[in-house]
Amino acid sequence: MALPKEKIFEVVGSVYENFGIYEHRNQLSIIIPPDRLQEVCLTLKDNPETSFDMLIDITAIDWLKGENRFETVYFLYSNKYKSRLRIKVPLSGDYPTCPSVTNIWESANWYERETYDMYGIKFEGHPNLRRFYMPEDYADPETGEPIYPLRKDFPLMGIPDSLPLPPYPEKYSEN
Amino acid sequence: MGLDKVIEKQGFITTSIEAILKWAQKNSVWPMPLGISCCGIEMMAFASSRFDVARFGSEVFRMTPRQSDLLLVAGTVTYKMAWVVRKIYDQMPDPKWVVSMGVCASTGGMFRSYSVVQGIDKFLPVDAYISGCPPRPEAVIKALMTIQEKIKKQHKPDIFNFGKDISKTPKQENIDIF
Ligand code: SF4
Repeated sequence: MALPKEKIFEVVGSVYENFGIYEHRNQLSIIIPPDRLQEVCLTLKDNPETSFDMLIDITAIDWLKGENRFETVYFLYSNKYKSRLRIKVPLSGDYPTCPSVTNIWESANWYERETYDMYGIKFEGHPNLRRFYMPEDYADPETGEPIYPLRKDFPLMGIPDSLPLPPYPEKYSEN
Repeated sequence: MGLDKVIEKQGFITTSIEAILKWAQKNSVWPMPLGISCCGIEMMAFASSRFDVARFGSEVFRMTPRQSDLLLVAGTVTYKMAWVVRKIYDQMPDPKWVVSMGVCASTGGMFRSYSVVQGIDKFLPVDAYISGCPPRPEAVIKALMTIQEKIKKQHKPDIFNFGKDISKTPKQENIDIF
């Protein structure tokens, strides 16, 4: 029994009315600003009519141009109604901040760390916002600025010498 | 070979200790399986009954680097993993050989990206490269035979220095590419 769209609109509309809608191949996305994210997520989870109790993933998109360069994307799943929903949150600025949802879904902890590691989006209220995959001091060796590999302006082959390699074994290094 | 006929006839054979050692080493190359991504599956096929590497004396896959002679790097080596590969290499006793299996380990392959080492020869001396994504088990057997050939022709076992540094691993210019 999939959840009808109208039900979702009704539940979201009860806390925030001006949300955007984007639909592609029967996959529904709703677009909300970052300052209303907490309320909307809490309602979607706690309201028994939607009951989105599972957070599948969090990621982000770098559009490179435009006023809202980044967009965080949340994938939700409702075990009760077996349906999915995507929430998109446009963020402005080159080093944006976004409210954390770790207090709503525990699993957001690592997803947000990964998104921070790859895009440099700061999640406010996250208990332990450190880099996830890359070294913690991953930075441009020339300027010393932290670098985020999944940004569109990041060079494909990375910044030379930013990741160390083990030295050649001494015995053979004269070759 | 007719060796049994010779022994039957005269009761002994004469040879050099070096030749015997080389013969023994050549036919007991124990690989250290480092299956760090999809190539690892072909590496398992290489060891199992259909391709049966036991015919070449390499049937014992040692799960510890301290008992192996051949490091079989099968898979994508990222910058993070490079340190682990180097550590395993350092734990192997001399003499040791390295095979770079698959295009990922040899050149980075399709992962032309910031996180993948573009060829393990940037930090390890490689003795044989195998092309293919993934290579057929036959190609891995060919690499093993190349290593055996190398032991036969270039390796000089040092019988007075056992257990210590007896590294005569072939040098970098002797790399075989096939
Ligand atoms: S060469 Fe191909 S099969 Fe082997 S590890 Fe790379 S991608 Fe996987």
